[in-house]
Amino acid sequence: MTEAVSRVDPGLTEPLLAKRTSRHWLIAAFLTTTIVALPVLSVIFLAFFPEENIWPHLLDTTLPRYLSTTLQLMLGVGALTLVIGLSSAWAVTMCEFPGRRFFEWAMLLPFAVPAYVIAYVYTSLLDYAGPVQRNLRDWFGWENASDYWFPEIRSLEGAILMIGLVLYPYVYLLARAAFLEQSPSLFAVSRSLGHSALSTFFRVVLPIARPAVAVGLSLVLMETLNDFGTVDFFAVQTLTAGLFDTWMNLGNLGGAAQIATTMLIFVVILVTLERYSRRRQQQFAARDNRDPIQRFTMSTPRQYACLAVCAIPVLFGFLIPGFTLGLYAWEYFGESWNTDFIQNTLNSLFLSGTAALTTLLIGITLAYSRRLHDTKGMQVLMRLSSLGYAMPGAVLAVGVIVPLAGFDNWLDSLARDVFGVSTGLLLSGSTFALVFAYTVRFLAVSAGSVESALQKITPSMDMASRSLGHTPGKTLVRVHLPMLRGTLMTAALVVFVDCMKELPATLILRPFNFETLATYVYQFASDERLYHSALPALIIVLAGIVPIILMSRSISKTRAMG
Amino acid sequence: MHMKLAAAAALTLTALPLSASAEGDVNIYSYRQAYLLEPLLNAFEQETGIDTNVVFAKKGLAERLEREGRNSPADVVMTVDISRINELVERDLVQGVDNDVLNQNIPENLRHPEGKWFALTTRGRLIFTSKERVEEGEITTYEELADDKWNDRICTRSGKHPYNIALFSSMLAHHGEADTKAWLEGLKDNLARKPQGGDRDQIKAIAEGVCDISIGNSYYYGNMLQDENQRGIAEQVRLVFPNAEGRGTHVNISGIALTKSAPNRDNAIKLMEFLSSAEAQRIYAEANTEYPANPDVQPSGLVAEWGEINPDQLSLQEIANNRNAVVKMVDRVDYDGE
Repeated sequence: MTEAVSRVDPGLTEPLLAKRTSRHWLIAAFLTTTIVALPVLSVIFLAFFPEENIWPHLLDTTLPRYLSTTLQLMLGVGALTLVIGLSSAWAVTMCEFPGRRFFEWAMLLPFAVPAYVIAYVYTSLLDYAGPVQRNLRDWFGWENASDYWFPEIRSLEGAILMIGLVLYPYVYLLARAAFLEQSPSLFAVSRSLGHSALSTFFRVVLPIARPAVAVGLSLVLMETLNDFGTVDFFAVQTLTAGLFDTWMNLGNLGGAAQIATTMLIFVVILVTLERYSRRRQQQFAARDNRDPIQRFTMSTPRQYACLAVCAIPVLFGFLIPGFTLGLYAWEYFGESWNTDFIQNTLNSLFLSGTAALTTLLIGITLAYSRRLHDTKGMQVLMRLSSLGYAMPGAVLAVGVIVPLAGFDNWLDSLARDVFGVSTGLLLSGSTFALVFAYTVRFLAVSAGSVESALQKITPSMDMASRSLGHTPGKTLVRVHLPMLRGTLMTAALVVFVDCMKELPATLILRPFNFETLATYVYQFASDERLYHSALPALIIVLAGIVPIILMSRSISKTRAMG
Repeated sequence: MHMKLAAAAALTLTALPLSASAEGDVNIYSYRQAYLLEPLLNAFEQETGIDTNVVFAKKGLAERLEREGRNSPADVVMTVDISRINELVERDLVQGVDNDVLNQNIPENLRHPEGKWFALTTRGRLIFTSKERVEEGEITTYEELADDKWNDRICTRSGKHPYNIALFSSMLAHHGEADTKAWLEGLKDNLARKPQGGDRDQIKAIAEGVCDISIGNSYYYGNMLQDENQRGIAEQVRLVFPNAEGRGTHVNISGIALTKSAPNRDNAIKLMEFLSSAEAQRIYAEANTEYPANPDVQPSGLVAEWGEINPDQLSLQEIANNRNAVVKMVDRVDYDGE
């Protein structure tokens, strides 16, 4: 079945594409990446100035534990998200079962729940005083905690479950988009050659979807690596915990930056390895994908199996936490409700929308520039601009402050010297700083998915368009973007929901008296008043759902309309 | 083209600072939750007509202040925990205030010698015991927490939490390196479970029968008593003022400092004066069941019922100075390990 993955020597297509390419794209890509890379470069810069060398102490004491916990967490979450994401994406794309159309978008619902929120909710449900254990005690007549064993939710396993339940949609979204883009005839050919559906899945479908799935999985792993809220709450000591300990408790920002840089290098190695392993693979849609997908018709038990594969993650990742939040919100409504919510919701929507759009535009610019100039330098630029995602939000926030405040103060000095007026701080402490931070943080999401989708459009499309006299820009707008509509909306959706949930960078960078839903939740949660945070947490979830439904429907439509 | 237009519009919009602070407003970087400050700031605004603006975060504000430099809009920083405030002094981000009102309202041991910070409230770090399983008077000091008697009977939050670091720092100041390490190892051995959760969670654990003793700040207990859904849990524990008979109970502070760059210095000092005044100190005491720093103001009725607190007179500066040594000691005894 190697024919399914048509291999083209890249050397053949490159000169054709590069010819008559305007330099604008190259310059635009270079400028954008430089600006976007500044925060990460700032953190690396800070790493050169530690208060003291932290490594002897770390190596001597906690580092081995931090490392092994981090690896276990990443492996666990990676496996869980792959299993849930791939199986459900396959089921809703290829199988006909009751509720399939509902689950197409419902699978995304857990994505709207921030990991720290789901952690709070399950802790309150499953800890000793929670309803589950209370009922068990009533039924069996146990007196107290020493009478029975109950799995500890605040544990590494608990953290894997919580994070996996809300992050699997990354894999689901990208895998589903990739499955939808595959030509159904490939599948038919494989089956006619005697492969079972399962064997076809592993030998044809998955290899073709691999670039997209790899993007999804690497997003999951990076987000896991950087999570602080959940692991802190569950007392799971990862590298991130060590980083914040070095920063906040030892007052050693430089040392913390060194840990962050180490994590960064780790991520870069991981991503490079994945790319290296499929360096020879190049694939283009052999033909346009307008054939309607022929879904399997299945026996009733198999239909139920598909239903379960989809329903279980949604039940645990969304329905139970959503319902619980609803109950708490109801109970504490009088104390929690105030009119600030409307303003906070608007702030969240406005920021997330702006950031999603900005991130998408920059992502397209970078991915397309790389298509035009597929050089080593361009590749390095792409990688560099995607590193913001591989850093804990609070560290990245410091990295954002350094260049922004530096620029502001430089401009201010200049204005004072030349015109005798002070311009003060223009960028830092404004909503611009927030949008900038979100863009830097989530560019990996949009650039990665646009890039992997662009790779699947055969260069002959570009050549045809260009030979008809279109400029690269026109080719992008008239040829590529229409073909990528589904991918673009997916990318925008993911960034939007991510921004809605973003907490650590928002806290540090936001203007005075400015709250998003996430920071508002944090105010109460950080003061050990979880019940008071239920209502705003519920609003984050609800506000995330609406765009999820809207965009998921239009993604499905791109396929339906062809 | 739509996309380009939309992008241009979006970029223009974000460049507009949404909540520009007006001239004369006092701008606050706060490590305390904004809603805890709200009643105080409202009272200040009513009395003086001066508006205030707040950014709340638990990390990164010092870095933001430092990088913003002389153009920083922040006038004051409000923090909890002595080490956080001390860090601002060490990084030269705050300025001294020599002000008669403040000097009169806040006792000398609760302010920086050059006025670089002032405590606004104090909170005792107390021991909580199960009413059922621990006799009254069975434990009266921090030192006893390391006794074998309490093996598998104690719960605490992470040893790295600033409140525990400050407590351990005070132990280091009183007992020296070797004895403190031995004490910390003993305490770790007595833990019923891996350190986790917050101070309230430890009180809950006592109610659940997981352990019999916990360490926690006074106001968490007070807030639990005020919350009808948690009162039942809090009522199952008894509170102990450790070392009340001897050197006194370890206390930490919440405080305020004037930034070096403070653009609205005069109004900011007015806010500091106001927060130290009897009126504001009463609000502090009532709203969060803390101890007022101003000795003229009595603790709230609920807090007064617990009995008088005899605070350890150890200088807060010394506690802050011990921080790094204690953080590393916590790692060495693997306090947060399994």
